[in-house]
Amino acid sequence: MSGDPIYTEMIIEYSRNPSNYGKIDDAHIHRHDSNPLCGDSIDLYLNIDDNKISDVKFDGSGCAICMACSSVLTEMIKGKSLDEVKKFEKDELLSELGLEHLIKTSPVRIKCALLSLKTLKYGIYSYFVDKMKDSESAGNLNEEAANLY
Amino acid sequence: MQANTYSLEEIRKDFPVLNRRVRDDKKLVYLDNAATTQKPNQVIDAISDYYKNHNSNIHRAVHALAEESTEAFELTRDKVAEFLNIQDPQEVIFTKGTTEAINLVANAWGRDNVKEGDIIVTTEYEHHSNIVPWQLLTQDKKAQLKYIDIDDNGELKLEQLDDYLATGKVKLVACSHTSNVLGTISPVKEIVSKCKNAGAKILIDGAQAVPHMKVDLSELDCDFYAFSAHKMLGPTGVGVLWAKKEILQEMTPYQGGGDMIREVHKYETTWNDLPYKFEAGTPNIADVIGFKNAIEYLQKIGMDNIREHEKELTKYALERMEKVPGITLYGVKDLEKRGGVISFNFNDVHPHDVGTIIDKDGVAIRSGHHCAQVLMEKLNVAATNRASFYVYTTKEEIDVLISSLESVAKVFKL
Repeated sequence: MSGDPIYTEMIIEYSRNPSNYGKIDDAHIHRHDSNPLCGDSIDLYLNIDDNKISDVKFDGSGCAICMACSSVLTEMIKGKSLDEVKKFEKDELLSELGLEHLIKTSPVRIKCALLSLKTLKYGIYSYFVDKMKDSESAGNLNEEAANLY
Repeated sequence: MQANTYSLEEIRKDFPVLNRRVRDDKKLVYLDNAATTQKPNQVIDAISDYYKNHNSNIHRAVHALAEESTEAFELTRDKVAEFLNIQDPQEVIFTKGTTEAINLVANAWGRDNVKEGDIIVTTEYEHHSNIVPWQLLTQDKKAQLKYIDIDDNGELKLEQLDDYLATGKVKLVACSHTSNVLGTISPVKEIVSKCKNAGAKILIDGAQAVPHMKVDLSELDCDFYAFSAHKMLGPTGVGVLWAKKEILQEMTPYQGGGDMIREVHKYETTWNDLPYKFEAGTPNIADVIGFKNAIEYLQKIGMDNIREHEKELTKYALERMEKVPGITLYGVKDLEKRGGVISFNFNDVHPHDVGTIIDKDGVAIRSGHHCAQVLMEKLNVAATNRASFYVYTTKEEIDVLISSLESVAKVFKL
């Protein structure tokens, strides 16, 4: 199956050995989300210092696509400022793993790929709104999350 | 199996979709029959003929078309009765599926017969449609819901049923005839007899049994039996609830509306006779009519032949699947106790990854929790893969499945 457009070496490798896998106790942001139809289910933990993501971890269960995308997302946002992360687009994540084609070819599996990003957007939104009482900075992240797929 | 009555080649010619090419021009290998089966021309043509030549509402008007469609609709009821050896066709109630049939019982029968402290028993391998209606009912009535667990073989621990029945509080036992995930065939005769002795009602979900084996409801003698047309070559949106007349007569209606009434006044209504009392509103006329052709198709092949064919396929598939690296197979080994359903997993590979990879070879299986999350919890998995067979499945298709599964093992280096 060489040249498989989804199950590349990189995806298999990440699914077996996910990065930033685990829990952060008393994390500043903790958000859970799942895809009810396929059963992918993750928890995302973030610590924020000086408006930057100082630490990020995730755990949960899901398919290889979900695990690989969650791993890569956490790698990509670690150390970034919240302003940068707020602007993070799904294409950036998908292209990192060569999965842009999923948007067109697999409306079912795109949900697996973007679950972590959706969880992140919701998490940051509620961090601003609920914790910082700053709904202006939260912007419309919740709508972006809801419309991601 | 008599070769002259079972020509796979002839059967497959009746199913246009089986000629489909999918993905990269791969021949479709359809192994998701426990979810829904394909439809033969005989069913598709009957539906199309109804709309082209007879379309009319039933049971009311006196014009020619109304008479024709009423007659055709009622002929399906007679056919269902004949097929399952039901003495009185009035005991056959059309619903939109098994789920609605079970909800009908939970609502209409449950409303009047279940009270605080009573027990409803179901099993660990039920479909959500035979769990959630009972959760809603027992929560509403402050009654209790109990489960018959399964053992390591995937068989019911019937001694638990004895314990529940011994309390004298069990009002109803709801059990599937065949598990949609494990394929286990429940010992329904034994369960019915236990329930009778204890004075509990017994509902059987036959969605995975009626399509695959001979079912004789006079002999089985349960109280309620439910199944769906679309899992037996028939159209979607049609199901059947069978119940004994004396129970149905006692029950208050499930839904109110047209067709289910005798007389309606401003503040009171009297009910129509059976079965119409439980068929409010314009039913799914075209699909009910098409369902008759599905039953006739199965009768022509013969239910015993279908059972034998599926047993042979299951044996063949199990023997070959066992050898695929990294695979875990679920369910009983004894072919007498299981239907043509095989659930499996690959080590740590998520079923959706398996489903996606083999889909590229044109193989359609189901990956997920199969609406049986209670069972998934018991098996300690999030999901499984499930291949399920039917009248038109060939050994060559199972060979394609196997080689496709071998490629999954290769991709994931198992």
